[in-house]
Amino acid sequence: MPAYAIAPELIQEHGLTPDEYEKIKRLLGGRGPTLTELGIFSVMWSEHCSYKSSRVHLQRLPTRSRRVVQGPGENAGIIDIGDGWACAFKIESHNHPSFVEPFQGAATGVGGILRDIFTMGARPVAIMDSLRFGPIQGKSPTELGSAGQPGAAVLTQAEVHKNHSLLEGVVSGIASYGNCFGVPNLGGETKFEPCYSNNPLVNAFALGLVRRDQIFYAKAAGEANPVIYVGSKTGRDGIHGATMASEEFSEASEGKRPNVQVGDPFLEKLLLEACLEAMQTGAVVGIQDMGAAGLTCSSCEMGARGHVGIEIELDRVPQRETAMTPYEIMLSESQERMLLVAQKGREQEVLRVFQKWGLDAVEVGRVTLDGKMRVLEHGKVVAEIPNQALTDDAPVYKRPVQRWEPPVPREMPENIGLAGAGDLTADLKRLLGSANICGKRWIWQQYDSMVQTNTVEGPGAGDAGVIRIKGSQRGLAMALDGNGRWCYLDPRLGAMHAVAEAARKVACSGATPVAATNCLNFGNPEKPNIMWQFSQVIDGMTKACEELEVPITGGNVSFYNETLGEGIYPTPVLGVVGILENVRKAGQMGFREPGRAIVLLRGGEPADITDVESEFGSSEYAKEILGSVWGYPPELELEKEAGLQKALVEIIAGGLVDSAHHCSEGGIAVALAESAFPTEVGAKVNLLSRGLPTVFVLFGEDASRAVLSCDLSNLLRIQQVAVKYCLSAEHIGETVPEKMEIQLDGRVVVSAGVGELLDVYEGALERALRTEPVAAAN
Amino acid sequence: MKFGVIIFPGSNCDHDAYWTIQQVARQSATFLWHESQDLENCDAIIVPGGFAYGDYLRTGAIAKFSPVMESVKKFAEGGGLVLGICNGFQILCESALLPGALMRNVGLKYVCKPVHVRVENDDTPFTQACRQGEVLSIPIGHMEGNYFCDDSTLAQLRREQRIVFRYATPAGEITPEANPNGSLDNIAGISSAGRNVLGMMPHPERASEAELGCVEGFKIFQSLVGSMATR
Repeated sequence: MPAYAIAPELIQEHGLTPDEYEKIKRLLGGRGPTLTELGIFSVMWSEHCSYKSSRVHLQRLPTRSRRVVQGPGENAGIIDIGDGWACAFKIESHNHPSFVEPFQGAATGVGGILRDIFTMGARPVAIMDSLRFGPIQGKSPTELGSAGQPGAAVLTQAEVHKNHSLLEGVVSGIASYGNCFGVPNLGGETKFEPCYSNNPLVNAFALGLVRRDQIFYAKAAGEANPVIYVGSKTGRDGIHGATMASEEFSEASEGKRPNVQVGDPFLEKLLLEACLEAMQTGAVVGIQDMGAAGLTCSSCEMGARGHVGIEIELDRVPQRETAMTPYEIMLSESQERMLLVAQKGREQEVLRVFQKWGLDAVEVGRVTLDGKMRVLEHGKVVAEIPNQALTDDAPVYKRPVQRWEPPVPREMPENIGLAGAGDLTADLKRLLGSANICGKRWIWQQYDSMVQTNTVEGPGAGDAGVIRIKGSQRGLAMALDGNGRWCYLDPRLGAMHAVAEAARKVACSGATPVAATNCLNFGNPEKPNIMWQFSQVIDGMTKACEELEVPITGGNVSFYNETLGEGIYPTPVLGVVGILENVRKAGQMGFREPGRAIVLLRGGEPADITDVESEFGSSEYAKEILGSVWGYPPELELEKEAGLQKALVEIIAGGLVDSAHHCSEGGIAVALAESAFPTEVGAKVNLLSRGLPTVFVLFGEDASRAVLSCDLSNLLRIQQVAVKYCLSAEHIGETVPEKMEIQLDGRVVVSAGVGELLDVYEGALERALRTEPVAAAN
Repeated sequence: MKFGVIIFPGSNCDHDAYWTIQQVARQSATFLWHESQDLENCDAIIVPGGFAYGDYLRTGAIAKFSPVMESVKKFAEGGGLVLGICNGFQILCESALLPGALMRNVGLKYVCKPVHVRVENDDTPFTQACRQGEVLSIPIGHMEGNYFCDDSTLAQLRREQRIVFRYATPAGEITPEANPNGSLDNIAGISSAGRNVLGMMPHPERASEAELGCVEGFKIFQSLVGSMATR
């Protein structure tokens, strides 16, 4: 190979440190890399592909259970769900591309996660998204007074506009891709905080079904077996996308638009059908999608997993542009491409399938036994690297960790009083209309949530998305959750809550949570404080996943979510999957009819007034209404939480309740309202203050609680289940027609028509997007 | 009774229609590949929803040139039963089996939600199990469902009672609020002059099983099966 003089600037431009460069030379047996090799190393050793900063921590996560068929390390995790079925699922971020180009960034995020699923032989049957944006509601001048705290940063009109367009772009991107591909979107969650203003998060989750004995792996094997390239032609788009996702954003990032790929959902649909059909021939040995780092990543990872080598001739790679260099071909992140290894002699069977679906399918190379990735151009070697050097031998950093305190008071500020409650009906309305709590219909109505005719509970119908499995009694429930603000205040506890709440939502649908996937969104890992947040989050997640018996089967880490040095809240997002033994018994969220008993099921009690004051500072009420953030997230006793979830599953399976809804943002008042919305059946309840402040009783966000409604005659049996799991099941009131009335110690504190509350809740998002933001004076 | 469900490469409701016919209506069903002209002696053809050839161009604009649609045209001209759902409706309009066109929704966004449609004509092979004026709850999911035709065509459709479904309130009133996409005259579905071709934007196959929360769409399939038995 021609020796190539690599200037130090070039090494730096490739995001490699001098030490890493020396290591590359060592791994290449002492010689320097060619330019193509340098590019290959730079993407494979990027944070995005190598997990070099996170790997040492991720090892602590629990990844096994009797249901786990495939844990982390493959394209997606797989669990056994019974009846001969398995399900593959994973969540992945596409934050950086979505900020640079919201529509295509989000669309290709969906495309990427779908390929991860069908690569394993599973047909995608559901997707969900977890989204984070900066504020979309301008603050009124009176609200601006309390600025200066992270929950109440002042945004310019231009910033609010930008957040609007990011939201619109991301949502249409997701819609356009998923709708055309034909997979139901079961919703997810969307939240707004100032820290996401220049760093939106787009985390896409997908789940697919595969017969237990028909799973495919991304592993190459068999000397001289043909390596086949299928799908879209390679272009210059997305070169160095993985590297872009591994650095902070600056003003120059707008110029990175060419690094964002363009999606073609129709082509992906063809790829899905063709791949699944090709797999049925029995002639496919291994298959992997070309996602981040494209041809490079798929070939060296498939080789490394199978302990074999792969040789590729670039002249044979379908190209959509002329005069592409080996560097460009190897690093392109053009979408909708797959690499597969077929059995020698049976390649025609595979090629015929792709031809039927009108797709390019070309034999570009072969499997070798030398464990190397060898790239040829016109027959001449332009890169030759041991696969291990790119994968297992990639740098692993134990980055420095330094404890960090968020710049907020830990005790309730003196100027805030919880005792003198004002108009609580007005407070409830403000919360229901706040961006984090309000109905997200405007978003999910743009998604096809019903295609494939399996959707039992689509967006807005229950706490979790529920699908049936055709030909089986069983169903699957899934939910996403993450609370960045809580992780900011206490990363370890916040992460525990993310696991607990995602699993609780699944349990509220009557399903037993069995496994999880995680998307870990953080700032710059080279900063010891960020690494501390990360380490704490992993610790919290580990503990919660162990206690709640939901092993992590895969996921994704997204670092460098910073713009101009300003990081996001540490935001782990959990996706939990649960199994419903009988899908016909899936739990509903909405009250069914008037005259039913309302029960508050809870594990644990708030300790004392000091705890209450410090915990209330992390609530939506504190942020939205008091304009301030302080203290800690609520306490979480995992044992009680586990008991609550088991009790929910038992109660719902026993047909004891009409509805079950978890209690979270906005507390019990919001949970009651949300239970009333689907059917517009109201509630009349009486809560006991037990000496605690009224606003806390109504809007406090204590963990491990759910609001149930049932026939009064079932109350005793519900209470028996509660006792078995050391929970309390308190009969707090009745469902009534059309009205929402909450009493505290017998005194009416909230009174409103359900319709009136529903208008606020349903219309808030669209109103915010249509309203010109009130600008701060700058 | 044998139903044929067409598969264009970008069809994504093909398997849903097939399932409903086979598992719910208990009729035989077969898939028909877009490149084949052989309709395999089917008694009725379903043109399913989806994105036939990607629909990056006008929806259905390429599908009308497909080999299978040539056969479907002949089949329809000979009085054969053809049901176009969503993208299928768009394709039938492009193929001139039905008049008019489906434009982008007035809200300019994809809309997926349950809607109510009023049965305007129960004397068709697709609605004979319904009552005249009956309101059915059936979901929609589309970006281009805004039906349009010129005045004389609309007058003709009315005169010949070919408007089969109109978007309505749950109580059956035809109001602008009940119209999810801006369709002319709240039109949700129309038939051919011979009544043997129906195009509709709502997805009856998504409302055919109690497990999925609604069964009112199944009446369309019931009607088809019933009418085929008496043909």
